[in-house]
Amino acid sequence: MTPLLQVKDIAKTYGARIGCTAVSFDLYPGEVMGIVGESGSGKSTLLNCLAGHLEPDAGQVLFDTRSAGMQDTVTMSEPERRMLSRTDWAFVHQHARDGLRMNVSAGGNVGERLMAVGARHYGEIRSQAIDWLDRVEIHETRIDDRPTAFSGGMQQRLQIARNLVTGPRLVFMDEPTGGLDVSVQARLLDLLRGLVRKMGLSAIIVTHDLAVVRLLADRLMVMKDGHVVETGLTDQVLDDPQHAYTQLLVSSVLQV
Amino acid sequence: MIEITNLSKTFTLHNQGGVVIPVMQGANVSVGAGECVGLIGASGAGKSTLMRLVYGNYLAAGGQILVDGLDVTQAEPREILALRRDRLGYVSQFLRVVPRVPTLDVVAEPLLSVGVDPETARIRARTLLSRLNIPERLWSLSPTSFSGGEQQRVNIARGFAHEYPAMLLDEPTASLDAGNRETVLSLIEEAKARGAAIIGIFHDEAARDRVCDRQINVSDFTPEAAA
Amino acid sequence: MTHLYTTPEAEMNAYNFAYLDEQTKRMIRRAILKGLAIPGYQVPFASREMPMPYGWGTGGVQVSAAVLMPEDTLKVIDQGADDTTNAVSIRKFFEKTAGIATTEQTTKASVIQTRHRIPEAALSEGQILVYQVPIPEPLRFLEPSEVETRKMHSLEEYGLMHVKLYEDISRHGAIATAYAYPVKVEERYVMDPSPIPKFDNPKMEMAAIQLFGAGREQRIYAIPPYTQVVSLDFDDFPFEASKADHACDLCGADDSYLDEVIMDDKGTRMFVCSDTDYCAARRHAGHVGAQGIPEKESVI
Repeated sequence: MTPLLQVKDIAKTYGARIGCTAVSFDLYPGEVMGIVGESGSGKSTLLNCLAGHLEPDAGQVLFDTRSAGMQDTVTMSEPERRMLSRTDWAFVHQHARDGLRMNVSAGGNVGERLMAVGARHYGEIRSQAIDWLDRVEIHETRIDDRPTAFSGGMQQRLQIARNLVTGPRLVFMDEPTGGLDVSVQARLLDLLRGLVRKMGLSAIIVTHDLAVVRLLADRLMVMKDGHVVETGLTDQVLDDPQHAYTQLLVSSVLQV
Repeated sequence: MIEITNLSKTFTLHNQGGVVIPVMQGANVSVGAGECVGLIGASGAGKSTLMRLVYGNYLAAGGQILVDGLDVTQAEPREILALRRDRLGYVSQFLRVVPRVPTLDVVAEPLLSVGVDPETARIRARTLLSRLNIPERLWSLSPTSFSGGEQQRVNIARGFAHEYPAMLLDEPTASLDAGNRETVLSLIEEAKARGAAIIGIFHDEAARDRVCDRQINVSDFTPEAAA
Repeated sequence: MTHLYTTPEAEMNAYNFAYLDEQTKRMIRRAILKGLAIPGYQVPFASREMPMPYGWGTGGVQVSAAVLMPEDTLKVIDQGADDTTNAVSIRKFFEKTAGIATTEQTTKASVIQTRHRIPEAALSEGQILVYQVPIPEPLRFLEPSEVETRKMHSLEEYGLMHVKLYEDISRHGAIATAYAYPVKVEERYVMDPSPIPKFDNPKMEMAAIQLFGAGREQRIYAIPPYTQVVSLDFDDFPFEASKADHACDLCGADDSYLDEVIMDDKGTRMFVCSDTDYCAARRHAGHVGAQGIPEKESVI
């Protein structure tokens, strides 16, 4: 099996300050990787470098494209990269308003990616939108409502539907459950887990919430000050952490 | 099936002055197909630690653990996940599931993940739940709201749904009533009969004597320094 | 370059031909030529302050000023009419600053400046139609960032345009956009045709040159003669060039775009051609609508 994503020596600095450095890993189809660390550890910088939102100073991000095999997304042309981000990639933002068009109906939000890749049949776009709203547990009667009329959890689920409608193979998630009530979080996680398993998605999830990665991620990458300090199987890293920082992180979680 | 060679384990407590605690060294265990090995030893001697090492939940300090040819101490996360999915089962006393998933699906899931068709998987799940006396009216509910005993039995059903060639059993009969205890022991015997290699922890001596072919005292692996 | 009179009196009184100085006109002509070379592409230009407020056609006026020659005949319409305030003042502006001939007849004009209509009579080669454009960016209502919309144009990412049409159908059951209906030019750029009624969209494949000027937004774009202009739509909701289902009450035309006029407090309505020249020409030729009076009788 070949990796879906190969990250080689990614580095990004902001002036003298290190964003992230010397990050390398392979992600295989169907694998879900969590990146954990506290604020400022470089996990968001890394995610943005991987997703093409930031240009890394060094390193390669190789993605197994459908048409041409392994391609470095850092050096590929912008149109190609943007096409990837509309088709094979998805990005779930922490704040739903960053990932949704707030003045467009739920159906239009879900349909946008379809129309962006050439769908021109209103009826089909709409039935796909209904199907996806159903999958993220939004009733089809809400299809013509704008996201502004939705709760935070619903907005987040809508964002997920909007991202997954084109059947991407790799999903980037930046704190997908941040800012949501605990009960809403649980439902969202459950939903995400189901979708990831059912669609065989690969995903990279950035979070500081260890419960989120325990539930969703197959493996973990722990970051501190821009460096990867530990990687491994999720339950192994959480139950038998090796690095001082990971031990501190794990022991700092309040037990319920 | 399970070959443990010269295995050692230490815990380094970086946040408590970097204390290194050796908890196991020189562990050698071999379990063949159709064999059940019972781990014995005082509480804290390392029975659970050994199980967790085999399952890949703990990282070994040295040595080798071959499960169906894969060295768990060196394997990539995805290799361990594949091993756990296809070949290595683990039954603990505690159920850890996602909320909202019905009991029947919780039990059928290990089968679905190895590609068994949903209908066959559900039939198998129903059979197991019936044998473990989980009332049928509960099957469509999430087990998160069940009593401790019910949760334990759901967990056993789940653990025995797929016929793993290697299994780790952590106190599977603890606190079960006589009837359910009998069912679990039969399940273990059936697994042995089809050729499963099993490592188990049983506090229940009668159960241990009935299903285990050999017993290994993990105190033998306790390092000198810590003893 | 045109020479200016140099006597002090003349300097005080004379405008340069068509108001703008020659350097500015050259700058605008370069933008127009670039626009013609890349049909539908919005070319930025250094829009000047004009002696009229934004929204009154400052973009169109600058484009007209740049293309007018002393021998040109100018027609100016506002919503199809030659006799509305905006049309009259722009016509007078060029009469005064360029001293050119003006007309109300579509066929006699060599340059036609328009606000929100295309004349009914087919335009011919050699004519130039200048549109006044308020917001040149068709993607603007859904994407506020100019950086992003420029990128979308350059990468042909036009899915968003269909989102707008989708929203229309989901809310109204049909594409309710009735004016400024987006088009794709020569299978490349998506363009805002200015707020003309969608009835006029099919006419944009024409023999004349079409130039679009947006003064406040500082953009010029163009469609050369005989260029393909396709109105966007869905397979199951095809584009329709709709108009009021009525004939002109004055001239009886059933093929022209109509204005609905409320006649009294009781809701009596009248439909009349929005193109005043077209209507007048038909009446002159003897056509009479339901509420019309034959021309010979009406003339005193």
